[in-house]
Amino acid sequence: MQGSRSLMTLYRAYVVVFFLYLVAPLVAAGVFAFNDSMFPSLPWNGFTWDWFFSPNEPKLGLFHDDRLLQGLGNSLYIGVIVAALSVAVGTCNAFLFVRKDFRFKSALYVLMVVPLVIPGVILGISILVLASTIAGLADQWFGVFLTSLRPGIPLVVMGQFSFLVTITSLVIIARLEKFDISLEEAALNLGASRPRTLLTVTLPFLFPAMFSAFVVAFLVSFENFNTTLFLVGSDSPLTITMYDRMVKAGSTPVLNATSVVLMLGSGLLALLSVFAQRPKKQA
Amino acid sequence: MSRDAGRLSLILLFTPFALWIALLIILPQLGIGYVSIREKVGINQYEYGFKNYVDFITEPVYRNTLLRTAWMSILVTALALIIGFPIAWYIAKIARERSRAALFLMCLIPLWVSDLVRAYGWIVLLRETGVISMTLVKWGIISQPIEMLYNDMTVIIGLVYTVILFMIVPLVSTLQGMDDALLEAGYNLGGSRVTVFRRIIVPYAMPGIVAGCIITFMLTAGSYLTPILLGGKNSSWFTEQIYNQFITRYNWESGSAFGVSLLVFTSFVVWAGLRLTGQSLATTVAKE
Repeated sequence: MQGSRSLMTLYRAYVVVFFLYLVAPLVAAGVFAFNDSMFPSLPWNGFTWDWFFSPNEPKLGLFHDDRLLQGLGNSLYIGVIVAALSVAVGTCNAFLFVRKDFRFKSALYVLMVVPLVIPGVILGISILVLASTIAGLADQWFGVFLTSLRPGIPLVVMGQFSFLVTITSLVIIARLEKFDISLEEAALNLGASRPRTLLTVTLPFLFPAMFSAFVVAFLVSFENFNTTLFLVGSDSPLTITMYDRMVKAGSTPVLNATSVVLMLGSGLLALLSVFAQRPKKQA
Repeated sequence: MSRDAGRLSLILLFTPFALWIALLIILPQLGIGYVSIREKVGINQYEYGFKNYVDFITEPVYRNTLLRTAWMSILVTALALIIGFPIAWYIAKIARERSRAALFLMCLIPLWVSDLVRAYGWIVLLRETGVISMTLVKWGIISQPIEMLYNDMTVIIGLVYTVILFMIVPLVSTLQGMDDALLEAGYNLGGSRVTVFRRIIVPYAMPGIVAGCIITFMLTAGSYLTPILLGGKNSSWFTEQIYNQFITRYNWESGSAFGVSLLVFTSFVVWAGLRLTGQSLATTVAKE
């Protein structure tokens, strides 16, 4: 068919244009980190590393910009804690929903998925309101001042944790469902205790999923903005610091440099998680 | 003894789940529901009623912002579906084995990059001194640099960009499960392309379409960064109103009412979507 061939070419062209659309803003954000200019825009004034390494104003590089570095540190700290907690609870949820039977199981399963369809902004304000109410009551009734319930890192952790558990649970459930129960039975028949079977048979099988759930949770936490926005105190994570910079101070290419670092970092982590999920070749 | 152990492990596994859902999901939602129906009349003195909601409905600015957010979210969802479906089809059905995996990974790349970086990339491209405007001037296509930020068109482009991956991924996974024999059968029985598409492909892909639309819609309606950064001060996005009430004006009562309204509205759309297509939350969203 003559028409079908040119249609196919048109289709391919569409796919190509689509992928250009996907990468265009990322390339734009990345390239101007290396432009020797005060603004992230054309004309191209030549290549420079200044926006990464320059130690002094006005071209303060990312690795000398204390506020951005502080934000990066906070983000890493929050991300690791949140990811570890969500993987722990996600693993419990996986065993609960795959191995156990109990009343209202399917309804509770839906409840487990629900946090994914609550807008992040709502999660943020609702946790803010609840924490502040509890802190207020504690102050009023017992004269206790609960700083950890005021906006700050603990609240950010709670807010992100509240929806990340759903993601980690789903990832780990998918893996646990593929587990062949006869492996556990074999271990038990051979005289291993239950805890030992869990540690040497089941958990190693789950490990790839737990690892990639950790990576995904870490990345989502690192990038989260909507929920975090309402819960930050004075220690803001990187996304909030960058946003403030973008809106208030106007942007210099140091933000592009930060974007490059973020893209490289998340790209590496993404690759790691893809490789961890890949089945190992049987020797 | 083993029954007791089973019971004990059930309780141990159930506790973290129950604590999480109760303390971080249900109780906070009830909390904003409670705050939204009270009104401050003095220091630590409150009256209860639906005044915040009445204010919300009678004030055209607020009402219109919600309606506008709703319409734009539906538009963005529809666009993401229309633009994304051919791409998903290409990845699932036309691309060869090896390029398929590569294309799929490429689709996922922006997913790993923060919203903020993506929005920033658009700003660098589209603003008055941005790449596109300057290039067009240089080529003599336009004489003056033009501002392409801060209008609805840009907000829509940016939002589609932000959410389209969440449309493509579920579509690809459903379409990949489809047996090509179904299509051949359709053609052999004399179906035209349109018929095959309408009667075979769409029904088969429905769980993926619904899952993609729900996630896309939720993400759009709840998005904050893209409309604010690309739409500027006049973006009038509903989440911005919530932020203003909560953080700028410190009016938690009406902010909570706004939040509850957004939640009720988005839940309604999701529920209606599931109902109309006969799907359930567990079979669509949870499959990811």
